[in-house]
Amino acid sequence: MRTLIRNGRIETDDYVWLSDDAELPANGKFIVSLTRWQQQRESLAMDALCVGVNVPNTVDISTVIDDLRGQPLIALSFPSFADGRAYSQARLLRDRHQYTGEIRATGNAVVLDQLAMLQCCGFTSFALRDDQNPLHCLDALRPIDLAYQPVDTHASLVSTLRRAAAA
Amino acid sequence: MYQYDEYDQKLVDQRVEQFRDQTRRFLAGELPEEEFRMLRLRNGLYIQRFAPMLRVAIPYGLLSSRQLRMLAHIARTYDKGYGHITTRQNIQYNWPKLEQVPDILADMASVQMHAIQTSGNCIRNITSDHLAGVARDELVDPRPYCELTRQWSTFHPEFNWLPRKFKFAFSSSTNDRAATRVHDVGVHIVRNADGELGYSIYVGGGLGRMPMIGHLIREFLPEAQLLSYLEAILRVYNRLGRRDNIHRARIKVLVKATGPAKFAELVEQEWAQILASPQAAELEFTPDDLARMKAHFAAHPHRTDAVNDAGFDKAQQNDSAFAAFVRRNVREHRVDGYKAVFVSLKAPGIAPGDITAEQMELVADLAERYSFGELRATHDQNLVLADVAQGDLYDLWQALRGAGLATPNIGLLTDMICCPGLDFCSLANAGSIGVAQDINDRFDSLDHLYDVGEIKLKMSGCMNGCGHHTVGHIGILGVDKKGEEWYQVTLGGSAENDVSLGDRTGPSFSRDQIADAVQTIVEVYLSERSDEEETFLQCYRRVGMAPFKARLYVEAEEEELAA
Ligand code: SF4
Repeated sequence: MRTLIRNGRIETDDYVWLSDDAELPANGKFIVSLTRWQQQRESLAMDALCVGVNVPNTVDISTVIDDLRGQPLIALSFPSFADGRAYSQARLLRDRHQYTGEIRATGNAVVLDQLAMLQCCGFTSFALRDDQNPLHCLDALRPIDLAYQPVDTHASLVSTLRRAAAA
Repeated sequence: MYQYDEYDQKLVDQRVEQFRDQTRRFLAGELPEEEFRMLRLRNGLYIQRFAPMLRVAIPYGLLSSRQLRMLAHIARTYDKGYGHITTRQNIQYNWPKLEQVPDILADMASVQMHAIQTSGNCIRNITSDHLAGVARDELVDPRPYCELTRQWSTFHPEFNWLPRKFKFAFSSSTNDRAATRVHDVGVHIVRNADGELGYSIYVGGGLGRMPMIGHLIREFLPEAQLLSYLEAILRVYNRLGRRDNIHRARIKVLVKATGPAKFAELVEQEWAQILASPQAAELEFTPDDLARMKAHFAAHPHRTDAVNDAGFDKAQQNDSAFAAFVRRNVREHRVDGYKAVFVSLKAPGIAPGDITAEQMELVADLAERYSFGELRATHDQNLVLADVAQGDLYDLWQALRGAGLATPNIGLLTDMICCPGLDFCSLANAGSIGVAQDINDRFDSLDHLYDVGEIKLKMSGCMNGCGHHTVGHIGILGVDKKGEEWYQVTLGGSAENDVSLGDRTGPSFSRDQIADAVQTIVEVYLSERSDEEETFLQCYRRVGMAPFKARLYVEAEEEELAA
């Protein structure tokens, strides 16, 4: 199983990925595809189930957010190291639609060298690619303290610091 | 010019250490080669034909003497003693060693320079008018806006993995000297009917294998709102740009597919939402933000008596070589008595844009002595000392001439743009530097050159078009024909206000024929032009391709018959 970093810690993944043809269990935490979610919404909404939804990086977030807002987890995917579409999806989820659940990064870009940027854009959990060293990755997730862009609410914004200094 | 504060410095220093760690992990086998490739590209490092190539950013082309001395030091210490000014106002080193690159970047950071995002599918160095701040036809200095945009685009976490590279150019003058219409985004700083400052935004221009001219998608964007609007463009592109085919991934392809009107609509919708978000206030420039940034680019303390100098005119009368230099390499300045001086990096026998460490040091000294310690790199691969008092010009010229930097050919045929081509670039189909040399030899008589007048000759070694051949008055493109180097020729391109893409003459020319072909083109122009005032471009637009084609291919056929 892939190592999961969540909330700044290495945690065991409490979600199970459920393929589209797997039978629906009676209870537990699962991640299902967006397609399955849309097709079986009613049965997936049972109280005993805790369901996260995996949204492909080609989907326009604004078209699905109303449907997903109540879910505890949205997984976004990076099919390759250099495919950055889910960065924009995460920002839209977090900033524009104020989604407050877990946003999980999955796929080939979930590596040491991209974690800090992923975190900036609103991801809160990271399913590390298999070849990654979890401890090094944890280290790379130290919060960024300074940024030119108003993206990450934790970093100090350079322009704000300058405005304060000039005041 | 802009000076880093502690925040800029910290961010750049952190980046150097991050790259040092990435290089170490790569060399230790801990980082897959393909991933290291993409990370090093974002730090300016290519691996090309013979060695790594490092591309250092010169934001909007502006350099201080101190920075230029550091570039000389780097050339001497880590390279073979020279550098190459690129068509994006950057400088490239062709022979650094991979292991030493982190040290080079650390040296550069010590003078507020970097190589961040000079390559890779991210937002690249921002280019602008090389006469910014001194040009007479300028509305306002574009550089404060360039610097604000540079900071916003540097390390932008959302836009580091775009479908393809992304280039901005800014212009604020009547004559577009920054080729804004052939950039992914061209920003024109303008005033609206109410006298307010703002921007016209062009999107989807570009060179390369699918050359296109940018479309106006917003006539007037208020001055304070630049970054939110750019963010909207980038977000639409990041989400919708094609990623299945590298040759279809630039924003121009998206704009073409949606149509400019629809694309503009998508951007407007996205922008409206950004403006309604909590980040909007932070993206918006306050009057103080703008004032502080503009103060960095305040005009130099020009001497008011500079215009009284009489020696300048006299020197031109007494020394015809100096007069030729003034005619070709000196431009008007907005302050009377001052001039902008072009340092030609197009001397015969030198690869266009190359400059040695010694020349860099000399120019750094001269900039300090005569031009307030600053200089600019141009996208035509020359340098400019932009604030020279006319009384100093003769001395400056002599110093430049002594170092081979005063060839009086700015804007003429031999002031050609040329990519590194087969000599250095692993993507090249054909050599370009050798061809440049041959053409130089044909036109080595300056009188002849002057007679021919303004011709922009631009040459690329492959379809990627780093030499901007599509917008050359004469464009030359290296193509591969069964392992041999051939050259396709286009006529009538322009990157200025009258922007246009060149037309192909017809079949390509061999390495042996290409210099002759250029000569033929020039001869046809000289015989066709209505008078000496009609430039090559005007003439071509009037007479069209036919007379050129007739001569070019008749001669090629005759040669073949004779052979
Ligand atoms: S145009 Fe082609 S050959 Fe020339 S530098 Fe660019 S990629 Fe290399």
